[in-house]
Amino acid sequence: MAMLRQGDLEITVNGQPHTVQAAAETPLLYVLRNELKLNAAKFGCGLSQCGACTVHVDGEPVRSCIYPVSEAAGKQVTTLEGLGTLDDPHPIQQAFLDEQAAQCGYCIPGMMMTAAAFLDQNDRPSEADIRQALVGNLCRCGTHVRIIRAVQRAAGTTA
Amino acid sequence: MDANRVTRRRLMQGSGGLLITFSLAAAFRQAGVAGQEATPTIAPELPEASVTPTVEPGLVATPENQTHQDIQTRDVTGDTVDSWLEIDASGNITVYSGKVELGTGLRTALTQIVAEELDVPFARVTMIMGDTARTPDQGTTAGSKSIQVAGPVLRQAAAEARLILLTRASERLGVPADDLQVKEGVVSTLGGEDRSVPYGELVAEPFEREVTGEAPEKPPASYVLVGQPIQRVDIPPKLTGGEAYVQDVRLDGMLHGRVVRPFVRTMEGIGATLQNFDDSAAREIPGVVQVVRNGNFIGVVAEREEQAITAAKAIKVEWAFGDPLPAINQIHDLLREMPVNEDEGGEIVRNGDVEGALGVAAQSVEATYRFASQAHAMMGPSCAVADVRPDGATIYTQSQNVFNQGRTLADLLGLAPEQVHTIFREGSGCYGHSGFDDVAADAAMLSQAVGRPVRVQWMRADEFAWEPKSPPMTMDLRGGLDDRGSIIAWDYEVWTPTHNTRPGGDASSVLAGQLKEPPAAMFEVGYGGGDRNAPTNYSFPNNRVTVHWVETPPLRPSALRSLGGLANATANELFMDEMAAAAGADPFEFRLRHLYDPRAIDVITKAAEAAGWDARPSGPSATPAADGGLLKGRGIAFARYETEYAYAAVVAEVEVDPSKGNVRVTRAVVGHDCGLIINPDGLTNQIEGNVIQGTGRALKEEVTWDEHLVTSLDWSGYHILTFPEVPTIEVALIDRPEEDALGAGEPAICPVPAAIGNAIFDATGVRMRTMPFTPERVLEALGSAAS
Repeated sequence: MAMLRQGDLEITVNGQPHTVQAAAETPLLYVLRNELKLNAAKFGCGLSQCGACTVHVDGEPVRSCIYPVSEAAGKQVTTLEGLGTLDDPHPIQQAFLDEQAAQCGYCIPGMMMTAAAFLDQNDRPSEADIRQALVGNLCRCGTHVRIIRAVQRAAGTTA
Repeated sequence: MDANRVTRRRLMQGSGGLLITFSLAAAFRQAGVAGQEATPTIAPELPEASVTPTVEPGLVATPENQTHQDIQTRDVTGDTVDSWLEIDASGNITVYSGKVELGTGLRTALTQIVAEELDVPFARVTMIMGDTARTPDQGTTAGSKSIQVAGPVLRQAAAEARLILLTRASERLGVPADDLQVKEGVVSTLGGEDRSVPYGELVAEPFEREVTGEAPEKPPASYVLVGQPIQRVDIPPKLTGGEAYVQDVRLDGMLHGRVVRPFVRTMEGIGATLQNFDDSAAREIPGVVQVVRNGNFIGVVAEREEQAITAAKAIKVEWAFGDPLPAINQIHDLLREMPVNEDEGGEIVRNGDVEGALGVAAQSVEATYRFASQAHAMMGPSCAVADVRPDGATIYTQSQNVFNQGRTLADLLGLAPEQVHTIFREGSGCYGHSGFDDVAADAAMLSQAVGRPVRVQWMRADEFAWEPKSPPMTMDLRGGLDDRGSIIAWDYEVWTPTHNTRPGGDASSVLAGQLKEPPAAMFEVGYGGGDRNAPTNYSFPNNRVTVHWVETPPLRPSALRSLGGLANATANELFMDEMAAAAGADPFEFRLRHLYDPRAIDVITKAAEAAGWDARPSGPSATPAADGGLLKGRGIAFARYETEYAYAAVVAEVEVDPSKGNVRVTRAVVGHDCGLIINPDGLTNQIEGNVIQGTGRALKEEVTWDEHLVTSLDWSGYHILTFPEVPTIEVALIDRPEEDALGAGEPAICPVPAAIGNAIFDATGVRMRTMPFTPERVLEALGSAAS
């Protein structure tokens, strides 16, 4: 990483414009968590290996732990907080609640962001499709079978 | 948005089902901001601003932050009813638990127990967990002992409170207590005149009574909350970006820290000393507040997290390493040659005459099993926030034991134990003693150096390098059969390092204490966990179990889910299968031949029936597999946790690709008996997790190292199970409401690897004896069998 220089950078997160202080090469994750105080995206590996930090940029899932904040300028960043809230949950959040698809839950926001983007492109996925869509998202607690069911529920394809 | 995407309405129509469901927001509110203990104050001598975590705007006010401002006056002895629970004038109940939520659903299950015993709605109960200033010290949250040990404690405290409240209501209403009932937190007369008083009007005075242990408890047959699949109260904030984790704690003026050390963790520290150190480049990085060096302890503190990360990388260090680590490719043989502790272990079981019986056996079998070193591999690396001042410290930690961590950090920081306020916050699932105590020590050292709150989260490689590991183990077995196919001799011998090096108060038990100058005197190593499930629950007339406690593990060992129970149950159950094959017996029936405990027989039968067990001696059939060359098999295994707690049996079905050595577990069926079930859905969630983690540990997981360093430092070097590899899982629960509730966080993992190994034998005719069963090992075994 080159020397970090702070500068004013404009990014749009969950529909709101923000001016952030981070240097251009700073991974988006740290800006989301520390400057914008958004908790959902998690640091898991910093290597784009686990998916815990997944957010959407212009609707596409990206790993925010390696995605430079400057790349997000002029684009729409969506975090889990932007998908839904306690009072108005996104279908994927309601499905994860209904299936109790969490143990520690640390990986779950990344799972939901990956799944939400996947379901936007795949209306009637098979179980095998869902498993493949989530192959790059790791869960250590072993909540996989519930996560699969939750994605099926959100897709309306529950057997 | 895509017009075809799922609609919210469709989702809502699809909700419901087996669970007792709430809307997300309602569930969150009923939980009283589940998991969020917005600790309002700490030691009065500390400036409040520095210790109050930021609370998300819009979070619902909870009973606890409305009514429990003055935490310093709480009685935390655990001797009195008041130390366990408080009821306010609105009838809301706050429970103080020294046991903590580790992502297993404990908060919900304990809440069910308390609400049940008090006869109050579930949503009235809020739980404070793991706070040295507010909760009784209930030791470590571990070992599948929380429901088992802490459940009865809280049940009895609640029963005692209910008894006191009934007495007060009796006085208030002028009615004998025997003529009163409690419903939804309201005491009312039984029949006749309808008079009532809510709990909230009976709590003007504290309970002021010791927990006698004699208060009558509700009969399980009358339970309405215990036994129900109530949704977990900690989940809603986790699904919506709530402040749910220690990683989310943000204190005013908080800085970010990282530490610098070689990627290795030995018993004594890092096996190296600092030779050269140059922080000139790091100090030039914008935002860097201070580079901290104290002996071999090196860290950096910066205004922003990314600055701390960059600065840590910019610190130039050279380390001089001592003796090399024992060679990984020989580690299982080296364990036999290492010094063993003479005061512990030895023959922990000796029944009959094993050698004599082996001498007269119709058949005898011998095998050696090897289990790899494995990692906790938390998804979220260890994290802590510390605010250390000259006269006291506040630590936010995901420690499984905030009380011992507080004592340990006091020793490290030169403070009195009562000056360290340690507060639990959930972290990523830990499954045992991972890096959480060490990172708290790192944060505390850095905070003490800079005089401001410091948050440290380890990087991915830090976590894999420095977390204590489940150590490698070697197991030798010998068995003898009589001419009717029954086992007459069983000889088990295990070489294991200790599986428990949790901090107990010595600074040297955390890395920072071993690295600082002068280093803290080496903590005393206790020996435990490696003998877990070395004895079996089978009845053998001649039976010997010998434990060798190895004193020099390659890497710092400590507790990982079931400790030695996994390796020992695996060796025992793989060998049981080998004995069954030698006897020409069906492995399910063969196990029943040697079991007399009806609950053990029931649980293994339950698993076999649920799986549709194909009864026959194991081994490949004469007809070759027709399924694209894949070889299919089924295996069974059983273990009773620590030989005296929950029962679990697993049937695994596998497909083996003989050309590549890949093993895929297609289906796992679990029979499970943990006595009284508190929450069947939470229990099933835990069992599923045990199966999946156990499958990964059976097939893939292995910590690796070279001459001086750990080399499995990221997810490309340490492999856990991924979505396409996860089996279909079926869980068959046996509920025994009249039996004690036993812990279920880890019993079900114990039989998983052996069920898979036995299924591999059934598919291929080859015995796998080294875990994990990697494709390389499977191919090698297949090759040896063919040659």
